[in-house]
Amino acid sequence: MTTSSAPGTKYVYLDHAATSPLRPEAHAAMEPFGDVMYANPSGSHRFAREARRAIDEARDQIAELIGCRPGEVVFTSGGTEGANSAVLGSVRRNGGTAVCAASEHHAVLHCVEHVNGTVVPVTEQGPVSPDMMRETLAGMNDVTVVSVMAVNNETGAINDIEHISHAVKGRAENAVFHTDAVQAACWLDLRTIWPHVDVLTLSAHKFGGPKGMGVMVVREGVHLEPLILGGGQERDRRSGTHNVAGIVGTAVALAVTDEHRDAEVQRLGVLRDELVAGLTSRISCAVPTLQAGVGVAGTAHVCLDGLESESILYLLDTENVCVSAASACASGAMEPSHVLAAMNVPRSRINGSLRFSLGHTTTSEDIAKAIDATVAAADRLLAVTKK
Amino acid sequence: MKVLLAMSGGVDSSVAALVLRNQGHDVVGVTMRLWGGESDTGCCSVSDVDDARRVAQQLGIDHLVFNFSEEFNEHVVDPYVASHVAGTTPNPCIECNRHLKFDRLIERGRALGFDAVATGHHARIVDDKGVLRVGRGEDALKDQSYVVHMLSGEDLAYMMFPVGFMEKSDVRQLGVDFGLRTATKPDSQDVCFIGSTIGRAGFLEPRLSFNPAEVVDQSGTKVGEVSAVELVTLGQRRGLGLGGGDKRYVVAVDVPARRVTVGDEASLFVESENLRSMVWPHAQDEHIVLGGEVLVQGSAHGERAAAQIECVDGQYRMVWSRPNRRIAPGQTVVFYDKADQVVLGGGIVAP
Repeated sequence: MTTSSAPGTKYVYLDHAATSPLRPEAHAAMEPFGDVMYANPSGSHRFAREARRAIDEARDQIAELIGCRPGEVVFTSGGTEGANSAVLGSVRRNGGTAVCAASEHHAVLHCVEHVNGTVVPVTEQGPVSPDMMRETLAGMNDVTVVSVMAVNNETGAINDIEHISHAVKGRAENAVFHTDAVQAACWLDLRTIWPHVDVLTLSAHKFGGPKGMGVMVVREGVHLEPLILGGGQERDRRSGTHNVAGIVGTAVALAVTDEHRDAEVQRLGVLRDELVAGLTSRISCAVPTLQAGVGVAGTAHVCLDGLESESILYLLDTENVCVSAASACASGAMEPSHVLAAMNVPRSRINGSLRFSLGHTTTSEDIAKAIDATVAAADRLLAVTKK
Repeated sequence: MKVLLAMSGGVDSSVAALVLRNQGHDVVGVTMRLWGGESDTGCCSVSDVDDARRVAQQLGIDHLVFNFSEEFNEHVVDPYVASHVAGTTPNPCIECNRHLKFDRLIERGRALGFDAVATGHHARIVDDKGVLRVGRGEDALKDQSYVVHMLSGEDLAYMMFPVGFMEKSDVRQLGVDFGLRTATKPDSQDVCFIGSTIGRAGFLEPRLSFNPAEVVDQSGTKVGEVSAVELVTLGQRRGLGLGGGDKRYVVAVDVPARRVTVGDEASLFVESENLRSMVWPHAQDEHIVLGGEVLVQGSAHGERAAAQIECVDGQYRMVWSRPNRRIAPGQTVVFYDKADQVVLGGGIVAP
């Protein structure tokens, strides 16, 4: 056994929600910028102008894919920076209180907690309810920013951003409404989300782009205090030399994602249903976390009641099946999921939670192998537990 | 064999990984995440996990992290605090071994199909007339048989202590020779979940209420005061605010009465002490120990003293062969054979 993946070994990779493999088109588009077109786009020579043009074109392309104006697109280092900019940038600019849902990614949740904000409960089914949002906001008069993710990163639960937006704007019309759309890009048309929010953030490596790249779309007229000061790039909204290759790769990956989205949602939705059905029919303690139709096509979230995720993940890993449980802490240890806790999932299920996330490389063969390997792992652990 | 090795990020478990790998075993290293709070010492910090992972990478073995922080709180941290409230002296390292390393980790190892679980403890597994026992480590000064005494014969058949037969200096040398980043890392000394900057009092303060207490002599006359009776330990001499004069030691701590009694050193010596929570590695060990003379060790590297272990009406008692300095309630005592080589059992001193 070695620490690196052995060449020739066939892996079943069902962890796209953690990182989706770099799309070949993005890889090809990025290559010249690591090699021959290395200039700093902020320069004034022709070499710099070439790089600048690549960024401008990428920005136009991304704007079109989201349905926003090019000037509203800000390039960041990733989803976490976008979320921090939206929440902390609003509070630093305008004071007041930040609000988010209890199931938000830590990139949002920890910012809101950091500024002593308010956390809105979620439903037991997973999504945030517009009514609960309305109720929470009713008693508040200084709300500066509200953040609700479009799709949950663990369960795949979809939030009704349009109706939540109405709830937010009805109670706190001046608040900035941010959506972390990091997990939405592969599954939902971003053009249908953008009209309802003030800030939308993306992370490129979740849709086949490079790591270290994010997009923050900030509606014209909305002002956030920048987190990073310096050379004034991105119209003073985010300083720092542009990651030209990353920006180009991001635009291409998002374009490919958008082009294939409808077909992939169809194709992977069928595979996801097969996966959930296979696991729940063959493993006595397997419980699907979401009801059918509540989540995106790419996520199968299942809890193996009474078993431990760490053990299942290890056994799957030995069979070359890569999946995940909840988020990991700095040490690499699995943390019990705050998302499932917010949904009132019993502890014995939370401890046995598994997330299979599908994506552009997933095949039906992968799903069959994943089912068999998970059934075998569960059988083994159930046999030991019963002793 | 397929071996699951507990890697704390220290030199002993790093070299244990090297030894096992060189013996041809299929080794998987695992670091247990035990403490969720802040600490910069011991085997729980993120930088120690980094060290363990980097050593595993260097040796070409897999490295995992298991999160046992909930069990650690339940079995180690909470009892540690409760022990101070009760005025007894806890031994968190032993409870961690008992409930985490030699319970949860062994359980995991078996469930995941490993042939053995190994740790970097300086102890040996010896075959004593057909039964497996914990034996003292090769390096007498670093011997850790005391902290692993609770292992049953069944567990020992599943365990390995790859560096138990080595001197500590040889362990370090092997680490240096192989260029392991942990080769010269200092031994951990302190309670792993208590950061060196906050100390024991700083750790306990938000978790319990400190109560002032009067310090009295054995005739009951008040001779001083302490601000936190929960922090006073039997045998303690300093920090009692008694000024100069004859050396006086804490001979009794009564938390509910908020009273600390001091006396001269002679009054710390006792004929016998009660025991609870007995541990017998094999069912027959109780019969071997009871009635005969054993050597008792009352702290990690403490002196040994001869005693007989008795059981009268279900109450276990340790009767010293000659009066012995009292071991604080809550402390673990471990029984060794007359040759002082193998573990025959153990228990916890009862108030």
